[in-house]
Amino acid sequence: MSVWQLVIKEIIRRKSNFVSGLVAVMLAVAVLAGSMTILRLHDLRTERIVNEKERETRERMAQLQDDYRKIMKNLGVNLLIFPENQKLADFYADDVVSSYMPETYATRLAEAKIVTIRHLLPILQEKVEWPERKRTIILIGTRGEVPSLFRDPKEPILVAVPKGHAVIGYELAQSCGLKPGDRIKLFGRTFTISSCNEERGTKDDITIWIDLAQAQEILRKPGRINAIMALKCLCPGNELALVRRDVAAVLPGVQVIEQGTKVLTRAEARERAAREAEEALAAEIRNRQQLREEHERFSAILVPLVLLISALWVGLVFYTNVRERLSEIGILRALGARSRTILSLFLGKAVLMGLTGAVAGYFLGTIIGISRGEPTLVIWDLQLIGWVSATALILSLVASWVPAYYAAQQDPADILREE
Amino acid sequence: MSNVLVLENVSKTYLKGDLRITALAPIHLTVAPGEFVAVQGPSGSGKTTCLLIAGGLLRPDNGRVLVNGHELYTMPRNQLAAFRAANIGFVFQQYHLIPYLTVLENILAPDAAWGRKNDPSRGKALAKQFGLDHRLDHTPAELSSGEKQRTALARALLFNPKIILADEVTGNLDQENARIVLGYLKEYVATGGSVLMVTHDGNIAKQADRIEYLVESREMLSRQ
Repeated sequence: MSVWQLVIKEIIRRKSNFVSGLVAVMLAVAVLAGSMTILRLHDLRTERIVNEKERETRERMAQLQDDYRKIMKNLGVNLLIFPENQKLADFYADDVVSSYMPETYATRLAEAKIVTIRHLLPILQEKVEWPERKRTIILIGTRGEVPSLFRDPKEPILVAVPKGHAVIGYELAQSCGLKPGDRIKLFGRTFTISSCNEERGTKDDITIWIDLAQAQEILRKPGRINAIMALKCLCPGNELALVRRDVAAVLPGVQVIEQGTKVLTRAEARERAAREAEEALAAEIRNRQQLREEHERFSAILVPLVLLISALWVGLVFYTNVRERLSEIGILRALGARSRTILSLFLGKAVLMGLTGAVAGYFLGTIIGISRGEPTLVIWDLQLIGWVSATALILSLVASWVPAYYAAQQDPADILREE
Repeated sequence: MSNVLVLENVSKTYLKGDLRITALAPIHLTVAPGEFVAVQGPSGSGKTTCLLIAGGLLRPDNGRVLVNGHELYTMPRNQLAAFRAANIGFVFQQYHLIPYLTVLENILAPDAAWGRKNDPSRGKALAKQFGLDHRLDHTPAELSSGEKQRTALARALLFNPKIILADEVTGNLDQENARIVLGYLKEYVATGGSVLMVTHDGNIAKQADRIEYLVESREMLSRQ
């Protein structure tokens, strides 16, 4: 016979006493495990909702980005970089650019590691009289985008016009009866029309685009350009002042203006949509956090209360058990049992009660917790099992300590004499 | 040969409020090896107090108690518990069997109390010796009074104690069972063991080798 055998046989004999204490421990553990499971499920659900919303936002932003690219492609670039001495008033009044800068400026910008602008397109443009047709046109020479040395190549917004070819604006094509494949004379040179643009309702409708080098020959401006078109990167916080600062660092003195209100509106709409999506996400996180705090507050009251009541209940169960077993305590002491043997009779029972209560309470609490939400795999949460087991053990040991100590301190002579 | 049990000038009083009650007036008592001694006296004369003091369960106010030459109340508490388990057997009128254990488990209960591991065959042999071998798996509730007392007696003998202290062991038994139990005590004495039995019953006391009387004045009178 060992003390453990005595403990187990006593439990089997006095089932109701053990079960009564077990129910108390189980309920305490169930409330604890249930509360923690609900919080854990809440966190998992929050994580899933946030991930879902972030994914939706990303997709929406990607869609907007794509829209934006398409619009930009249609509307062209939105930045113009002019020479230092270009009078902006003249440009705004007549669309005339009368100052020039070296074509190498475009290359210098492309080689600089500027992230605020992209798609650099050097141009030479002048309002001229088309001698062969006796009408005013805008002649633009372009060589296509200058590739960046440090960026991945992007699909160009505007493609270069091959040498000997021309792109004709809508109004010119209509009024002169021109179509792709036709050959035209321009300042004594022959060009093949590679395409005719759709109607844009801007000066582009009276523009002819040709190769930059040919335009420089015609306009007698070798190696010179009078504007670099570019696209302002729609990065967060990318203000025009920032672009100007970056460009000035490479090309001191040049002027940068921003064009294209539709593009800006669209960009602003995109930024607003992004902001709104972020705010909606933040609001959702705040709501979920608030809900969690409410759960926590409720648990912070409920769990200690249930633990206290359970501890009192377990203490009472053990006290009753001690009173019921005084004769047994007396005879065991007479037979040579030490105080610690008597103590271990009751604390051993408390350990078994705690462990059994922990297992039963854990499953009960977890199932109750899960039943409030959708089933998940939190049922084997080892950390939670550790917590509730420790709590159940501490609860049953603390609650049974006073009755067990009382039993161990009983004077066997008193008990045996009274019996 | 030295005495197994010696009570030298032992007395015990209790305080009840301001009143000091004498439970046991100073007495002197010895039990020799192989001797069966009965202490007879009326209810309230201090018989049980005397037995508990002799068994190391109740510290006397005065005097010395020696078992097998060892003074009990100078030992530390845990040493006394171990000494008691090894040298003293107890049998009570109320049997004090553990209700959730079987007969065999009750006989082996001192193992759990003392933390020793006995071969169950020792328990079975004792059960057979006391005519309980057909009751090994029965609980105390399923036993007759005689069987309960025999189980308690078998339990007291598990560690082959030097002396058995018996408190009104026949008090709840019919004549036949009382005769049987006393027979077992005599058998034990015949094998060299000692018995100190307290009883109020003169006929039972007569079965002992020697009777010591506790009178109302708590004086010990001796009759051979």
